Amino acid sequence: MMNILYAVLVLGIMGAAFAALLGFASKVFHVETDPREEAIMECLAGANCGGCGYPGCSGYAAAVVRGEAPTDKCVAGGAECAAKVAEIMGVSSGGSEKMIAFIPCSGSAEAAELKFDYTGPKTCQAAMGYGGKGTKVCSYACIGYGDCVQACKFDAMHIVDGVAKVDREKCVGCMACAEACPKAIPVKVPYSMNELVACRSNEKGPAVMKACKVGCIGCMKCAKECPADAIQIKDFLAHIDPDKCIRCGHCESVCPRHIIKPQE
Amino acid sequence: MLTSLLSISLGAILINNFIFSQFLGCCPFLGVSQKVDSAIGMGLAVTFVMGLSSALGYVVNLILIKFGLEYMQTLAFILIIASLVQLVEMFLKKSIPSLYSALGIYLPLITTNCAVLGVVLLNVQNNYNFIESVVYGITGGLGFMLAIVLFASVRERLQFAEYPKSFEGFPIALVSAGLLALAFMGFSGMKIW
Repeated sequence: MMNILYAVLVLGIMGAAFAALLGFASKVFHVETDPREEAIMECLAGANCGGCGYPGCSGYAAAVVRGEAPTDKCVAGGAECAAKVAEIMGVSSGGSEKMIAFIPCSGSAEAAELKFDYTGPKTCQAAMGYGGKGTKVCSYACIGYGDCVQACKFDAMHIVDGVAKVDREKCVGCMACAEACPKAIPVKVPYSMNELVACRSNEKGPAVMKACKVGCIGCMKCAKECPADAIQIKDFLAHIDPDKCIRCGHCESVCPRHIIKPQE
Repeated sequence: MLTSLLSISLGAILINNFIFSQFLGCCPFLGVSQKVDSAIGMGLAVTFVMGLSSALGYVVNLILIKFGLEYMQTLAFILIIASLVQLVEMFLKKSIPSLYSALGIYLPLITTNCAVLGVVLLNVQNNYNFIESVVYGITGGLGFMLAIVLFASVRERLQFAEYPKSFEGFPIALVSAGLLALAFMGFSGMKIW
């Protein structure tokens, strides 16, 4: 009987002592945290899956509060979660227009000239390290070793004929691919937009022609013909403003290089 | 005295390395070994917790023996370790937030790191005195750090290696961990003084 009493007493006192110590330490090491951080944690899926690219849900919540991360990165939580997070942060969740990734490059094995025969490790990161920004003559081109494919958690990215291609239906627009890409090629575009310039080269026309059979040469034809005045040529490359674009598809038909097209 | 301490340290770091020959603490070993930086941070945190819990464990064990409560050892040790980990967590959150976020979920998991509980129980089993316990705890932690840093550098290089798709991720990590353990087997059976 005494034994049990001792056990309870000794461990009880020890527990109380440690509790006091921790209580004291929590005062000393107190860190001011934003109350919004906890509120956001409540909304997230809580799976610590890392789909957002941050270390766990708490890491993502902290990044949102700091304003470094968009509110719709929790892929496991989906749109409902994004709306709740946006409400806490007091911003709109981007008009709920679905955004997906798009690779603005058409430099397939057939279209783009190769600079040299590359036999090193088959990753874009490694190929970048050999100087000359990849294996293709065009320094803006997709290298095509699929670092983005590795990064995609939704099987939405595939290498087709030496260029990354996005699966429109599977992509959730998390842009993990853009982070993995050493050239940050993938861009975010509205799901509904079909007029996409599949080139990102800022080279002048003749240089583009030499490097690639399909690249944008900045001929201004689309800009002149666009009924909504949504296309601008900047640095020898056509840019289509998704807000102004009326999705008429006229540019698609006038482009001499057939580089303005929907994602397949 | 000094030689016994030296033999304890070398034993804990190389011959009976906690990870490679006693297989204690494999969870953070695999979890936080993606980058050398965070591996060093994890190693330091574990070393700190192991050293302190060895010291506290020794004192607590004396108290337990006095009251004839040796059977409560495991429970009491877990209490010590859990409190210490909480302390380390608070400390890191306040002073090194970047390391705190890099360690992520694995920091509170030191609580369940069996290397920490292992070192305290082994101290009791081997009848180490106070100084020996502390030395064994710290060097055991250093051995853990050596193992995790070595492994992290191997994994960093593995990123650029070509291996069959079926080995991607954890399989290749486990294979290389096995090879590292095999290398450490070279120390096994060695006796110092």
